[in-house]
Amino acid sequence: MANTPQTFDANFLSRLDAIIARYPRSRSAIMPMLHLVQAREGYVTAEGIEVIAEKLDLTTAEVHAVASFYTQYRRTPAGEYHVGVCTNTLCAIMGGDEIFAGLKDHLGIENNERTADGKVSLEHIECNAACDYAPVVMVNWEFFDNQTVESAKTLVDDLRAGKKPAPTRGPDSVPTFKEASEVLAGFNDGRANEGVQAGEPTLLGLKIAKGERK
Amino acid sequence: MSKLTPVLSAHWDERDSHTLAGYQRHGGYNAMKKALAMDPDAVIQMVKDSGLRGRGGAGFPTGNKWGFIPQGDNKDHYLVVNADESEPGTCKDTPLLMANPHVLVEGVIISSYAIRAKHAFIYIRGEVTHVTRRMLQAIEDAYKAGFLGKNILGKGFDLELTLHIGAGAYICGEETALLDSLEGFRGQPRLRPPFPAIAGLYARPTVVNNVESIASVPAIIDKGAEWFASLGTEKSKGFTLFSLSGHVNNPGQFEAPLGITLRELLELAGGVRTGHRLKFWTPGGSSTPIFTDAHLDTPLDYESVSAAGSMLGTKALQIFDETTCVLRAVLRWTEFYKHESCGKCTPCREGTWWLVQILRDLENGKGSEADLAKLLDICDNLLGRSFCALGDGAASPIMSSIMYFRDEYIAHLTNGGCPFDPVASTLFASSKAGA
Repeated sequence: MANTPQTFDANFLSRLDAIIARYPRSRSAIMPMLHLVQAREGYVTAEGIEVIAEKLDLTTAEVHAVASFYTQYRRTPAGEYHVGVCTNTLCAIMGGDEIFAGLKDHLGIENNERTADGKVSLEHIECNAACDYAPVVMVNWEFFDNQTVESAKTLVDDLRAGKKPAPTRGPDSVPTFKEASEVLAGFNDGRANEGVQAGEPTLLGLKIAKGERK
Repeated sequence: MSKLTPVLSAHWDERDSHTLAGYQRHGGYNAMKKALAMDPDAVIQMVKDSGLRGRGGAGFPTGNKWGFIPQGDNKDHYLVVNADESEPGTCKDTPLLMANPHVLVEGVIISSYAIRAKHAFIYIRGEVTHVTRRMLQAIEDAYKAGFLGKNILGKGFDLELTLHIGAGAYICGEETALLDSLEGFRGQPRLRPPFPAIAGLYARPTVVNNVESIASVPAIIDKGAEWFASLGTEKSKGFTLFSLSGHVNNPGQFEAPLGITLRELLELAGGVRTGHRLKFWTPGGSSTPIFTDAHLDTPLDYESVSAAGSMLGTKALQIFDETTCVLRAVLRWTEFYKHESCGKCTPCREGTWWLVQILRDLENGKGSEADLAKLLDICDNLLGRSFCALGDGAASPIMSSIMYFRDEYIAHLTNGGCPFDPVASTLFASSKAGA
């Protein structure tokens, strides 16, 4: 069993323990622990695998086997802003294919690559449960709805320029990849009340039922 | 007068609908108080009497599922909510939880009380950060209000609720793969039997239900089983969320009784986008065989959709007009199934790989008509022969599209490639046309 890598501070280690405490059996903590490693490192590092293995009394191979199964756990560093373009059928047909091609060209990178400044990584993603807002672009898994090629290019330009644009349905400004990963590890960042409660398509049926829309 | 019946969505238009205060303003958590004063078996009976069926796709009666949990067995019981909404086209649970996470928390409390679970889990997909935030906040606020934790409302009922966040694997929407994932393993489906009701999470009796199913429970307790059963059809009772997306003028969520038709829903959505006509659609996500304009008047309930050759699924109605190449649509879905196949069983792991190869060739005008027979042969080896329903889902769009649009497949061969202009089907093209 490897010794706990020295790179991890007491605060990080205590957060791993807090995750374990959520579950009746410790192994269930492995997924949020991997998200927390990404929150600190920007991807799943070898050291991160080691510390999880030690905390859960597993081999590093067992932790690797889990990490490699799930698409969100990265083997290479994400950009500060990880941009996902939905190219599953519906979004693709509504313009997602054109948006993805446009962003690759605009950023000069391919799928799953990162810009040289480390600001933006790009990935084509699967259906993100926002089909009534197609075509959809996600930044650090926040919703940017009803995108066009031009709006998506402006979005990545803003991200690279250090502006923090507001998602269509999300917090007042987009979090970094590491900040978002901390939420995905189950740590509340206190921003739940920011942003709209629902977008217009979500409310369409209700408004028609209330006679507010035809 | 429209057929719409907003219940789950009734207060989504209020700015603070996602907060505890916003939820309680309209009687939120009153159903919990009512349920906790009842015998747990009476709660199960009430949900059985309502006729509520699983809203995650399979349509299994929810109360019956709860009734399978052995009682008095001195084992821990678990409730697990499937919030891993990932079926292409499906977009109902995500906006529901963004607008009102508390209705799910209340449903979890009532459902856990009924099946005598002391620890419940919500398995939410990892790709929706803001929904995760709202769930975390709602759970925190419910603990602070004394609705979760020890001795809830002084009734001697204890319940812990843990939000478990996934990491991008469609297969984890399959309930036994979800349980393996929640236990900290690769998300691969388990052999059944034993069913989760006997040996589920940590090999203990477990109920796995979809978000919308559990979120429907408070209204049933509050307004009664008869009220719920009075909506919908004979065997498909109640209201549900229908999600319209794609080539319609106004996409969105429509809460209506089961049995409404696409023709009626399309009217509410402003029709197929102006200047175009309906070509094909999915009644319940990409895993349900596609329909055409011949099915506009099929009642959208479990029995009628099944009788017409598809499945109600998640009620994700993806609408495609005549500018859409059906082969392109089907290939993209097939690439999805290939990517998401967990690799456990051979028919799915190998079959989805070959399906993609053949479809890509056809799209590029290569191959021959014999390839259609080859596709159907591989589908035949997937449908009902793969380890879980992912394989069935992969076969469905191919088999149904060849049935309805065989000529269009052939046209790719005679044309030496795709005869469609992909730009014509984009949202940008439609906005230009409408300008």
